[in-house]
Amino acid sequence: MNGLTQLLGWVDDRFPLTKLWKEHLSEYYAPKNFNFWYFFGSLALLVLVIQIVTGIFLTMNYKPDAATAFASVEYIMRDVPGGWIIRYMHTTGASAFFVVVYLHMFRGLIYGSYRKPRELIWIFGMLIYLALMAEGFFGYLLPWGQMSYWGAQVIVNLFAAIPVIGPDLSVWIRGDYVISDATLNRFFAFHVIAIPFVLAGLVVAHILALHEVGSNNPDGVEIKKHKDPVTHIPLDGIPFHPYYTVKDIVGVVVFLMVFFGIVFFAPEFGGYFIEDNNFIPADPFKTPAHIAPVWYFTPFYAILRAVPSFAGTQVWGVIAMGAAVVVLFFLPWLDKGQVKSIRYRGPIYKYALTAFIISFIGLGYLGVQPVTPLFTFLAQVLSAIYFGFFFLMPWYTRMDNAKCKPEPERVTG
Amino acid sequence: MLNIAKKGLLLLGMLASVAAFASSDIHLDKAPVNLGDNASLQRGAKTFVNYCLTCHSAAYMRYNRLQDIGMTEQQIKGLILTDAKIGDLMKIALNNQEAKAWFGAAPPDLTVISRSRGADWLYTYLRGFYRDDSRPSGWNNVAFDKVGMPHVFFEQQGEQVLKHEGKDDHTGKLVLETPGKMKPAEYDAMVGDLVNYLVFMGEPVKAKRVTLGFFVLLFLGVLLVVSYKLKKEFWKDIH
Amino acid sequence: MSEKTVDRSKRRFLIAATSVVGGVAAVGGAVPFVLSMFPSERAKAAGAPVEVDISKVEPGMLLNVEWRGKPVWVVNRSPEMMDLLAKHDDKLADPKSLAKQQPEYCKNPGRSIKPNLSVLVGICTHLGCSPTFRKDAGAPDLGGDWPGGFFCPCHGSKFDLAGRVYKDVPAPTNLEVPPHKYISDTRLLIGEDSKGA
Repeated sequence: MNGLTQLLGWVDDRFPLTKLWKEHLSEYYAPKNFNFWYFFGSLALLVLVIQIVTGIFLTMNYKPDAATAFASVEYIMRDVPGGWIIRYMHTTGASAFFVVVYLHMFRGLIYGSYRKPRELIWIFGMLIYLALMAEGFFGYLLPWGQMSYWGAQVIVNLFAAIPVIGPDLSVWIRGDYVISDATLNRFFAFHVIAIPFVLAGLVVAHILALHEVGSNNPDGVEIKKHKDPVTHIPLDGIPFHPYYTVKDIVGVVVFLMVFFGIVFFAPEFGGYFIEDNNFIPADPFKTPAHIAPVWYFTPFYAILRAVPSFAGTQVWGVIAMGAAVVVLFFLPWLDKGQVKSIRYRGPIYKYALTAFIISFIGLGYLGVQPVTPLFTFLAQVLSAIYFGFFFLMPWYTRMDNAKCKPEPERVTG
Repeated sequence: MLNIAKKGLLLLGMLASVAAFASSDIHLDKAPVNLGDNASLQRGAKTFVNYCLTCHSAAYMRYNRLQDIGMTEQQIKGLILTDAKIGDLMKIALNNQEAKAWFGAAPPDLTVISRSRGADWLYTYLRGFYRDDSRPSGWNNVAFDKVGMPHVFFEQQGEQVLKHEGKDDHTGKLVLETPGKMKPAEYDAMVGDLVNYLVFMGEPVKAKRVTLGFFVLLFLGVLLVVSYKLKKEFWKDIH
Repeated sequence: MSEKTVDRSKRRFLIAATSVVGGVAAVGGAVPFVLSMFPSERAKAAGAPVEVDISKVEPGMLLNVEWRGKPVWVVNRSPEMMDLLAKHDDKLADPKSLAKQQPEYCKNPGRSIKPNLSVLVGICTHLGCSPTFRKDAGAPDLGGDWPGGFFCPCHGSKFDLAGRVYKDVPAPTNLEVPPHKYISDTRLLIGEDSKGA
């Protein structure tokens, strides 16, 4: 034991190991009333690690060449020992990442975790969300199935809708006149190297920003307001280690049960995690009947399709789709509510949030459906509700202030 | 809050299942898939190698994988018609360009066809050929309109025609006009075996995957119990 | 904070129990990744035993066959060659084939199953070049008393017609004899022996 202590001392003289351990784990004081919604941050980190590790091992056998990519995936599934587990973990992990991240963002919405002084945490988080969407998009081309190919074709063609520079921009992105081997190779480079580095950096920034200010909690109360006069520890705070490490382990195990339940019993998940059409090798001459993006993009896809052509250009749909994501960045400044947590908000905000959730899920459903006049109309209504939630927020949150309940001084649990 | 989210997810689930069960254009018969029936799978494998591998490759499937359904090395070697070795992939000599010229479309590789089309579609397709003189091959199919593939099994099944009941009957009914060497039940059984094999070939590891899954989940259950007790013990400090 | 006494032994036990089960989980989770790095079915198929027709290999001839990406020589030693084989043990580094460069059933002077047919991996045991077949006995550039064998041009190693390495050359061991068996008088299977490789 003494040897270990000596070794630790040697390291500590040269690297802030114990200092980091204390600052971020054993003496990082988190509110003691974290509930179910607070599991998803650590789960997101877990999924990131799963994706990186499974991704590395897939890269050992995957071939990023249009002629051999599809075959290399089947090679991994059949000929590489244990390859099928690694592949299914990666596909399940991709969808799990978005489930976890959406639930993590939802927690932010309901408890006002984006409010001052945590705006930067929210912005880093939004950047992570953007990077994640890009990562998913680039990764989906790699199996080189019909959905891979045509999904990429449609999305890259969106850039062609930009006036003046559009078509040339699309050619530059693709490296060719249509999605081709050149596109596959560069998307592979983005997916395996560029974006993972960006993601890792953003995650570090996200956590550093959080630890600088301290965590929010379901009551929206700032625990640093009431500290012990002697120790200066927040009265409602508990050290992250051991209490939240031990609690998060349980969260991880429950997550892994669901995760491996899917991996081993339903990896295709009804065709939503691995789409049927993607078992057909990409064919530039045959467009599938329904091209839909993977489920986690469908709300934004529905918004894209809902906006009609105007003044001879389709670019408005592209702008609306982009705006639907970008508007989230502004949340900290749109919310004029007096209280942070939904527990103490008035009824107006609660109705608004419910409407927003219905619109998001409804748009998600519409995104997988084929285009019909009825569905287009519905998507337009839901898009209006979606944007209304944000654009009208300064007004209705102010109105709601009259009806909100007093925030407690100390956490309630 | 949990309530709203729960309702939302329930709604999503319902919508998703509606979408999943959305009717396709034609009625699909249920394929008698039973991946535990090695005898059926072996019969299907023989039919596949003897009939389908002439034009369709299964370029991601190795012959020696047939050991998974109980065939011995000797039996597999006896099945191979070419000079392929038992460790080789089920590739074929047919050239894609020529095939396209002859059939209108290159016969697709069948290794994972059951994962893109589904077992029921394949079962309906292989029993759904009918005589159609407007087609170059003389055959059409209820599951795949204007298909380029001829009816490979017409000797076994016989010849069906599509009879429309009245002016308003767009889909029509299949009627066996000329019987084949097999009775309809026999033919259905042969196709059933073949589709069973195609499902196996689509994902040979499936049986092992499910078995392993039980053990993994069982083990995680144990881990859950012990880690939960650990959490509860530490959180006594807080509550 | 609570003032109840902490049951330290229970905590220690639970930490240990969770660590053990968690450790098993971690090892189990690592298994597919470690396994995935072993040779795949494709590699194993490419490395499968190779069947060779030896009916046309005349005495004195060498047949070159590929097995697992390596050159394998099948040499039909003529009676004269076999005669000369026994006469130069003093020039060899390992005349009795003590080093494990051959299967047990080839631990004989000729290092073969059939006395006349030598099966050798054609890779020099020094640094991996492929030696040239020098069956010309008495060749002046190889020292006049050359009984026939193999000469590696890279660094000058010499082997006799049983693949045994000479003394005072860079190569340390005899040429490798791959596992092999005869499935008939005219067919040789390289890569598998009778016990099943």
